[in-house]
Amino acid sequence: MKKLISILFAGLMVLSLPSKVFSADSSEPIVIPTHNWSSQVVMAYVIGGIFESMGNNVEYVPADTQAVYEAIRNGDVTISHEVWQSTFGKSFYEAMAKGGIIDAGTHAAPTLEEVGVPQWVIDKDLCPGLPDYKALLNCQDVFATPDSGGKGRILEGPQSWHGQEYPDRVEALLGDGWVVKFAGSADALWAELAAAKKEGRGTITFNWTPNFTDAEGFVFIKWPAYSPGCRKQDGGDSKCGSPIGWLKKAANYKFPKTHPAAYMAFSQMSFNAGQIGSMASLVDIDKLSHEDAAKKWLADNEDVWKPFTQAGM
Amino acid sequence: MNYFIKYPKLSQFVILLILFSLLCILINPSENNFLWRFPSLIAGLPHLINDSVSYLMYDFMPIDVYDPEIEEYEERPLIKEFTRTLSGVILFCIVFIREILIGGVKTIVFFTGWDFIREHKWLYWPALPWTVVAIGTIILGYSLRGKGLALLAGCATMYIAIFGQWEPAMETLSFVLIAAPVSFALGLFFGVLGYKNKTVETLLNPLLNVAQTMPHFSYLVPAMVFFGVGDHAGALATIIFATPPMVRLTMLGLKNVPSEVVDAGKMSGCSEFQLLYKVLIPTARRDILIGVNQVIMQCLAMAVIASFIGAKGLGFNLLLALNQLRIGQALELGVCIVLIAVVLDKLSLAWADKQTDYFADKSFIERNKYKLVFLAVLLFGFLLAYLGTFIFKEGFNYFYIIPHNKGITTENFWQAGVDWIWDTFFFTLKAFNEFLIIKILMPMKHAYLSMPVVATFLLVMGVGYIIGGVKSSLIVGGFILFIALTEWWDRALITAYMTTFGVLVSAIIGIIVGSLCAQYKISSKFILLVCDTFQTFPSFIYLIPVIMLFGVTDTSVLIAVIVYATIPATRYTVEGLRGVPQSLQDAGSMSGVNRLQRYIRIELPLAFPHIMLGINQTVVFALFMVIIGAMIGTDDLGQYILKALSDKKGIGNGLTLGLCVAFIGLAVDHLIRTWSIKRKSALGIL
Repeated sequence: MKKLISILFAGLMVLSLPSKVFSADSSEPIVIPTHNWSSQVVMAYVIGGIFESMGNNVEYVPADTQAVYEAIRNGDVTISHEVWQSTFGKSFYEAMAKGGIIDAGTHAAPTLEEVGVPQWVIDKDLCPGLPDYKALLNCQDVFATPDSGGKGRILEGPQSWHGQEYPDRVEALLGDGWVVKFAGSADALWAELAAAKKEGRGTITFNWTPNFTDAEGFVFIKWPAYSPGCRKQDGGDSKCGSPIGWLKKAANYKFPKTHPAAYMAFSQMSFNAGQIGSMASLVDIDKLSHEDAAKKWLADNEDVWKPFTQAGM
Repeated sequence: MNYFIKYPKLSQFVILLILFSLLCILINPSENNFLWRFPSLIAGLPHLINDSVSYLMYDFMPIDVYDPEIEEYEERPLIKEFTRTLSGVILFCIVFIREILIGGVKTIVFFTGWDFIREHKWLYWPALPWTVVAIGTIILGYSLRGKGLALLAGCATMYIAIFGQWEPAMETLSFVLIAAPVSFALGLFFGVLGYKNKTVETLLNPLLNVAQTMPHFSYLVPAMVFFGVGDHAGALATIIFATPPMVRLTMLGLKNVPSEVVDAGKMSGCSEFQLLYKVLIPTARRDILIGVNQVIMQCLAMAVIASFIGAKGLGFNLLLALNQLRIGQALELGVCIVLIAVVLDKLSLAWADKQTDYFADKSFIERNKYKLVFLAVLLFGFLLAYLGTFIFKEGFNYFYIIPHNKGITTENFWQAGVDWIWDTFFFTLKAFNEFLIIKILMPMKHAYLSMPVVATFLLVMGVGYIIGGVKSSLIVGGFILFIALTEWWDRALITAYMTTFGVLVSAIIGIIVGSLCAQYKISSKFILLVCDTFQTFPSFIYLIPVIMLFGVTDTSVLIAVIVYATIPATRYTVEGLRGVPQSLQDAGSMSGVNRLQRYIRIELPLAFPHIMLGINQTVVFALFMVIIGAMIGTDDLGQYILKALSDKKGIGNGLTLGLCVAFIGLAVDHLIRTWSIKRKSALGIL
């Protein structure tokens, strides 16, 4: 019986070989990573849906945001569709320097990753003069917390995101009256925003755009303009804000060879801020599941994504 | 003065405290003063680990491998090829079970290739309809234990199905069904090896100690580097985490087998192998079964954490729900995880308890009645699923698989509950939070950080000396010397401060609640059930409401720590008090003690060594949770472990930091264990 099965499978394998000559894209699945924020997950399913419409096999795998570049390099993951400049740029370029990962183009959406306040902090005028950073010098107590010792507190994302950048900047521009606290995860940031809103107190947190918070309004602090080399780690004095950044796509170096058509489509893909926002709001505001949101988005926006697939033809 | 002569240990302790305070006052806090902080002599250790691992994984013995996809030869290092092959095997097993449960094509692909599937679109392995899996579990429960277990299994599967979590639950289940048996087998194997061979045991013991006190996060980085990301990496990290308790309990159980039993086995002419499988293991069943229980609990406790490195299922969905602050949904997912743990635990215990009836003379139908019933259910289920395609028109066939998140949900109810707690208690809690942080936590943290390193050593080694003599003193000194020589001593002090606070509060709550519940049999049973539930309930769920109430502060972390660390304190108190021999209680009653006197004079002293073992576990649990607290935002060792997780060179840092945490745990463990053993032998209950 065992022998029969193995003969059968050997036969099947022989049968399956010639098909390779005809199909342009390999039928090996394209592995798309999912991280833990809505727009990224929905976009993963959107891109997966586009690949599937071209007849490719797709697989999704949950992955850590920083470790994913090493995974792409090793071939465990095929692509990453949201490479944020200031948060992941460094990991991306380091992996690229080691070899195995390629730049697959940039989205249309300009991005900003910066600390800021929710819209209602401005509306209530809790700290007059915002969003200019100089206003912060006079309202430490609005943003003080029990553990900040009377100083104003800025809630940064996890330390792995930007390291010492914010402590350096705050020390250079705001002085002793302010401290930077690292949150442990993005969830902690959203919980802080939700709690501050309920309580009606002021809060400064790290955030980014495009993001689901855009819907309710979020105002980024205006720091002195960014110039290359202005940060302490690059030899500057850290008296500068974050640059308007890019949102890139990355792929494993074998992807163009194994899936030429899919790669062509992927390199053409470009979403703007409105499109990314609408993907996120289907989940965060309309409470659809991520898969359903992607299906709905694909159905509603055929004119946006169909051209990407035709580029490869 | 007489008092001190009567209690020599107390006087030693007082002298120790005086010396400690003197050192704290006299030593000048400056970075250059080596009495204040030791120089970080082993700061290079993480780099060494990184370099050796990357050499092993990327450069060691490269071999040429042909890649048919790009039609080129590639150089691949040997070790990586090996670990990736192992990953492949594990992944195949997981996917195989997963596809039996929820369908798919990958098992077929494994034998035929993706091209074959593309040519033959109809090829698809159908899922078992959920009705079949649910009724199958009920039949299994009934055949193993009877109506009670059948009812439990039925309720659990119905809950998972009705709440629309069938698919993620089956994904998690498929991953546990591989991880748990492998951990069990490995644990049994190494346990037996350790029992048979003294050298193996001495080698295993320190390894087990470290493995059981390393925080979960530390396992993730090595698992990711060696095995990649995905279900297989999650399963492997889980196996590493779940095996040690099994090894330990197997060794313990086998050691306690009475020599008479072994002799009887030998006299009956058992071979080595028969002696092991027919005599030793069945006799040591009780401890081995506790091991099985621990394996299952640990596997499901890892369900969420494993999703950081790619395990699919309930854990990942739970993290996503929390990211959107959907606490109700996260809660439903958490309950699913607990239910899977409880059902698997009860089923495996019932299976192990089942005795083979050697003398029954049954007909074919009688012997196989459950299998036959299942066969009928299988046919019926597929028929129902087929019928379903005609009834449900909107694309979901509820008789086949309940689609994800299309079940009923109680999310709004829980959300309302959270809102209510907020509205009612927020301002009281806020005042409490400010008081706690300003009056207690900040001064305490400051006090810990202003300890000169020599004073810390004096205190810890001095306590070691008082409890267990020079040997203990040197052992605990060695543990903390490692930490003092890394560059993370200050971070370790912060971890120590949070752990101390957490342990103090947990121990007080645990001992009080445990003592109250231990008074009656029914309340003891109830509280032990509560302990089991909270141990598998993913702690991430209450992190979010806690952050909303207390902000990103140490208070939030400590509350999470206390919820988790109170479990062992309570459990061991109940067990210790219930274990006080009835004869001693009766002797007390005859001497005319009242209820309270009996508790203070008889029960508590006798149960105290056992309770201390609970405190020991409390310390380990508190350390784990302080590290997980990094997800809220801390500035201790945990923050760096979390950072190592997303750092490509993180393996060295992750492991070294993990060792630091483990060594704090082991130092405390050594002190408490030594004391408890001495105390037990003094009381004559060892």
